[in-house]
Amino acid sequence: MSDPYETLAARLDERFGEQLTFIPSICGELTIEVDRENLIAVATALRNEAVFGFEMLMDVCGVDYLSYGSSEWTGSSATETGFSRGVEREAVILDEADEFDPRRFAVVYHLLSLQHNIRLRMRVFTGPDNPPIIKSVVDIWNSANWFEREAFDLFGILFEGHPDLRRILTDYGFIGHPFRKDFPLIGNVEVIYDADKGRVVYQPVSIEPRTLVPKVIRDDNRYTADLKRSGDD
Amino acid sequence: MTEIQTYTMNFGPQHPAAHGVLRLILELDGEVIHKADPHIGLLHRATEKLAESKPYSQSIGYMDRLDYVSMMCNEHGYVLAIEKLLGITVPIRAQYIRVMFDEITRILNHLMWLGAHGLDIGAMTIFLYCFREREDLMDCYEAVSGTRMHATYYRPGGVYRDLPDSMPKYQQSKFRSKKEIDRMNANRNGSLLDFIEAFTDKFPACVDEYETLLTDNRIWKQRTVNIGVVTPDRAMQLGFSGPMLRGSGVEWDLRKKQPYEVYDQMDFDIPVGTNGDCYDRYLVRVEEMRQSNRIVRQCINWLRNHPGPVMLDDYKVVAPKRIEMKDDMESLIHHFKLFTEGYCVPEGESYAAIEHPKGEFGVYIISDGANKPFRVKIRAAGFAHLAAMSEMVEGHMLADVVAVIGTQDIVFGEVDR
Repeated sequence: MSDPYETLAARLDERFGEQLTFIPSICGELTIEVDRENLIAVATALRNEAVFGFEMLMDVCGVDYLSYGSSEWTGSSATETGFSRGVEREAVILDEADEFDPRRFAVVYHLLSLQHNIRLRMRVFTGPDNPPIIKSVVDIWNSANWFEREAFDLFGILFEGHPDLRRILTDYGFIGHPFRKDFPLIGNVEVIYDADKGRVVYQPVSIEPRTLVPKVIRDDNRYTADLKRSGDD
Repeated sequence: MTEIQTYTMNFGPQHPAAHGVLRLILELDGEVIHKADPHIGLLHRATEKLAESKPYSQSIGYMDRLDYVSMMCNEHGYVLAIEKLLGITVPIRAQYIRVMFDEITRILNHLMWLGAHGLDIGAMTIFLYCFREREDLMDCYEAVSGTRMHATYYRPGGVYRDLPDSMPKYQQSKFRSKKEIDRMNANRNGSLLDFIEAFTDKFPACVDEYETLLTDNRIWKQRTVNIGVVTPDRAMQLGFSGPMLRGSGVEWDLRKKQPYEVYDQMDFDIPVGTNGDCYDRYLVRVEEMRQSNRIVRQCINWLRNHPGPVMLDDYKVVAPKRIEMKDDMESLIHHFKLFTEGYCVPEGESYAAIEHPKGEFGVYIISDGANKPFRVKIRAAGFAHLAAMSEMVEGHMLADVVAVIGTQDIVFGEVDR
């Protein structure tokens, strides 16, 4: 498994050098991180140069690293209260700031080369811009069209140069970007049938958010730290 | 001085040929389509966001509901991604069971597709024939997992339980005579494997039967040949996978090229089309059913002779047996922790792709070391296929839209997620 990936990693390193960072993997996959300024140049080369030959873009995926690595409850020592079901989740953080943490939003591309039978994951952080913005790769891989619309819809990431950046999965007239970590799981609005008005109307959600199982991060000595992500969020 | 104008027509979302809740905005010039703009998301349930709020194992059931005609394959992609992160290998018998049920699922999916596709473009009988065979396969699902559709049978570490030694039987009632019940129960007297074997014996003849209805049928050919042609280059550019890619003549099948589980032990062929039209994709899928049948038979042979565990023996991930909990403190603690908190998955990310009946089904999981995934992204084959809808129907007649929807094998559970 690792052999063709090592070859590819060496070639990538030779060709792009400083333009990309390798992210160590715990399961034999190759991940590179590219600055958003270099995205188009690297992507074009990955597709067009025969040594790479990534003719297929299988997936584009937005990621919001807001609460990465933070747990809702630490259970390493006995607590006085325990974890009740009605516990408030982390306070909702509103986007009041003009700038985001530069490593908050990322776009992850999954590339596949049919001729070399190899996969590559490419991650690009969107930087501090609010709203996050990044160049579109639609002209390089046409399959990016809907995947980028999806990332825009769910995370509010703008793709510069996209021919038709509309919402795709959410309702007509939806407000907000539901897959951001600060968007509540239960949503902000619900629809009901209003008998007086004789139509369906929106109203603020009436249900309470609750956490059934808290998110916990255990120190597990089986998973040693030597393969941890090199860059911290 | 008449000006010719295109006009816009709405198709769906409640149209029987839309295969669910597809809404198409069609721009027409007479009966010729200029542009099609699919509006999707009417079945969006935010499966990925829901998965972020639950321990890993609790989301397996959601995967069944993605592509709700190939349930176990969805589960397979998800549990493979978790297993990759955990670094565990499932027992060999569980791998064979998974492969067998993946192929049963493929037949199940293709039968559904064939029936619906036929019905869409005017062939009624094929629908009834396909559903007759689907019924037997649904019974296999039921025998092994207890439900006919949403099985939740694959678990990280193996499969939920071993194959049962007996099949459920039809009961006599005032509506059915004893003779009729005996006929219906004829294949159900042995184990599940006997039942599946009896199915694989008769299934090739069933496929022949479907083919007599369609393959050389003049009307069928008129509706499918040269409709929705995709060149190999465009197919790759558009991110096609599975039968859509193979129909265009690209020989690419993850079961052969990047084998997972025990597919490298299996003997089967990959059918490839030449023209990339709806008819070729029809031929590819029909041949795939025959090949799946071959794989299922190989699995049955192996499974008969190789008993063994079907679940990993690692209580950090897999719940201990209930009987052990009764007198073993450690097992009780493990059981309690697994069902209240779940297991923590080491920090990292993995992408597991399987050859789903519709194409490449990929699950991308980012873990920050917690008991819940930080991000789950489901790469559904149908999403990429539907994105190419406009390109495929451009210049065709209105009635061909239905043929193209059928040939793409769209299921909205996975497109909208």
